[in-house]
Amino acid sequence: MSTPTGSAWVEGSGSRLAKYNLLNRISWGRFSVVAVPMLWLAVFFFIPFLVVFKISLSETAIAVPPYTALLDWNVDEAFINLKLNLGNYLFLFEDSFYIDAYLSSIKIASISTVLTLLIAFPIAYMIARSKPTTRALLLSLVILPFWTSFLLRVYAWMGFLKKNGLINEFLLGAGIIDQPLIMLQTDFAVYVGIVYTYLPFMVLPLYSALEKMDITLLEAAEDLGSRPATSFFLITVPLAMPGIIAGCMLVFIPAVGEFVIPALLGGSDTLMIGRVLWDEFFLNRDWPMASAVAVVMLIVLVLPIMFIRNSQGKEETV
Amino acid sequence: MTSTSIIEPQSDIIAATSLKDSRLPLWKQAGAEPFLRIDSITKKFGEFTAVDNISLDIYKNELFCLLGGSGSGKSTLLRMLAGFESPTSGRIIIDGVDMAGIQPWKRPVNMMFQSYALFPHLSVEENVAFGLKREGLDRSEVKQRVAKMLDMVQLGHLGKRKPDQLSGGQRQRVALARSLVKRPKLLLLDEPLGALDKKLREETQFELIRIQEELGVTFVVVTHDQEEAMTLASRIGVMNHGLIVQTAEPHDVYEYPNSRFVAEFIGSVNLFEGVVIEDLPDSVRIDSKDAGAILYVNHGISCAPNQKVHVALRPEKTQISKEKPEQAENCIRGVIEEIAYMGSLSVYRVRLPSGKEVRVTQPNTTRELGARLTWNDEVYLFWDVDSSVVLTS
Repeated sequence: MSTPTGSAWVEGSGSRLAKYNLLNRISWGRFSVVAVPMLWLAVFFFIPFLVVFKISLSETAIAVPPYTALLDWNVDEAFINLKLNLGNYLFLFEDSFYIDAYLSSIKIASISTVLTLLIAFPIAYMIARSKPTTRALLLSLVILPFWTSFLLRVYAWMGFLKKNGLINEFLLGAGIIDQPLIMLQTDFAVYVGIVYTYLPFMVLPLYSALEKMDITLLEAAEDLGSRPATSFFLITVPLAMPGIIAGCMLVFIPAVGEFVIPALLGGSDTLMIGRVLWDEFFLNRDWPMASAVAVVMLIVLVLPIMFIRNSQGKEETV
Repeated sequence: MTSTSIIEPQSDIIAATSLKDSRLPLWKQAGAEPFLRIDSITKKFGEFTAVDNISLDIYKNELFCLLGGSGSGKSTLLRMLAGFESPTSGRIIIDGVDMAGIQPWKRPVNMMFQSYALFPHLSVEENVAFGLKREGLDRSEVKQRVAKMLDMVQLGHLGKRKPDQLSGGQRQRVALARSLVKRPKLLLLDEPLGALDKKLREETQFELIRIQEELGVTFVVVTHDQEEAMTLASRIGVMNHGLIVQTAEPHDVYEYPNSRFVAEFIGSVNLFEGVVIEDLPDSVRIDSKDAGAILYVNHGISCAPNQKVHVALRPEKTQISKEKPEQAENCIRGVIEEIAYMGSLSVYRVRLPSGKEVRVTQPNTTRELGARLTWNDEVYLFWDVDSSVVLTS
């Protein structure tokens, strides 16, 4: 050792002291506050995910449960066989059906997210600018649909959109069209369903971002020579950005995996990954394949979100 | 002398030439063209009249203060100048152009907001550049003008910061830079010093005056703070209930208030109610029960005999002494009830036999002066004949 022993001793004791302080500083109360949700996530998300991941690496079998075990004990030869089947994943990329389903899901989810944003923004803006007394009422109206069952509301849309449904009856009666429009079992109906269902999830975060905004900022912008439309894009939109991002995530993520809406409102050619998953699981009874689809879906969703989070975090620290 | 100088019509031409003297402020020059003309402006919100038929001329390079309490209509008037509110009736003419129907973003006016209204998502530089970019200037010019303006407000080194990383005083200077960088013809300031602490306010007041003189912009400042108005303004318009009660230079507003409201709003004042008993062209005698004496004022007023009037007397113009003064006029007696020693001056509250309380402030010109008078001392209060003002309204 080239350094004098004295200084090494001082360093050593210093770090020991620091460690002691650190241990003391960890507050157990604070730790348990974090630990409870962490435990919840571990038990109900992470462990089930590992189970799904495990199943995705096995093979189908006519058995209960309908897949093979990964580990194979051979007691006589004292061997443990670990058999990992990557075939499901390879098949996902070989068969264009799955890739199409992913892309189509992402496309439908993206378009509906943009539509939801365009519809929700004026609503949220109006609520944020209304009088505090009417604000509470308008907000409760936004949440009101949640008081009825989601399934029931989707069925109600079937009643609106079907061939002899309310919309066609009205348009025919008013003489605007002479042939009923085919709306149900099209992509259009899926968009309507998703936008309608997820609208409150977009309105609420947008509202909370817009409500915080100081209106004098818009006056200041006007005063500095900016027309209202310019002020909207230069001031209002950037300040509402946290709400826009939160709202888009709340709509996009569940919309990608949406099953009920495309199943009830979509046509046979509406390809969405949620439906594919359901079919694999319940019709084909191919649990490993269904699991592989689920795992890839999670990766497809999680990676871009992590990317966005990361860039947002960086922006905030700068 | 009263606050307005009257020029006879027949001597108009002579007066115009002789009075176009650069030493005289524009508002005293005959025939000077006002830069901002507010022409019988009224603003009603439903039944409530916020601004009531105000007419006002403001001249180039003036630093005009609109002074009033909350709800006096001063902010509404300012917002009408900026174009955020449109008047119910009347005209606003800026530099010869009628502003009716001209949107805020097209007016040659910039405003510094009370809350500063800095864009929180933009850096200091971007905030200042915002207005210039809207004019479509090219980048290099924007950059250069922003840098120059930030240097002027001594913030050149903080250009990359966001508003929430600045102190209150720094934000105030960013707001000022942002409103000045477009070189407006008219700058409106809404309570510019309201959010600053006392020391910073004093610094900033002189800073504002320096910038105003350097750039030659016409300033209109709205404030509720009379001290702010006194130090900043070339002229003050005192507002109350949507009306301008008095327009005059700070000195005149303080020394020659034209009403009880102005006298009481600006500084503190002792008011003695009384009845005019002798009304001569250049002096009046007023019998005041409040004061318990006949008060003599050496300027004429126009009023009916036996009219009820108030004599206004500033605390610092009142002398206090235990010995009987030589003067016989304007001398009353009382008992010291309270003393507040404030270092540079002492404030005495003196109770008169009538029950009226009089406030007297005396500078402590020598160390022992403050100690000579004490509680329950019987004292004489007296003042010069030209120290008090008669208020008829």
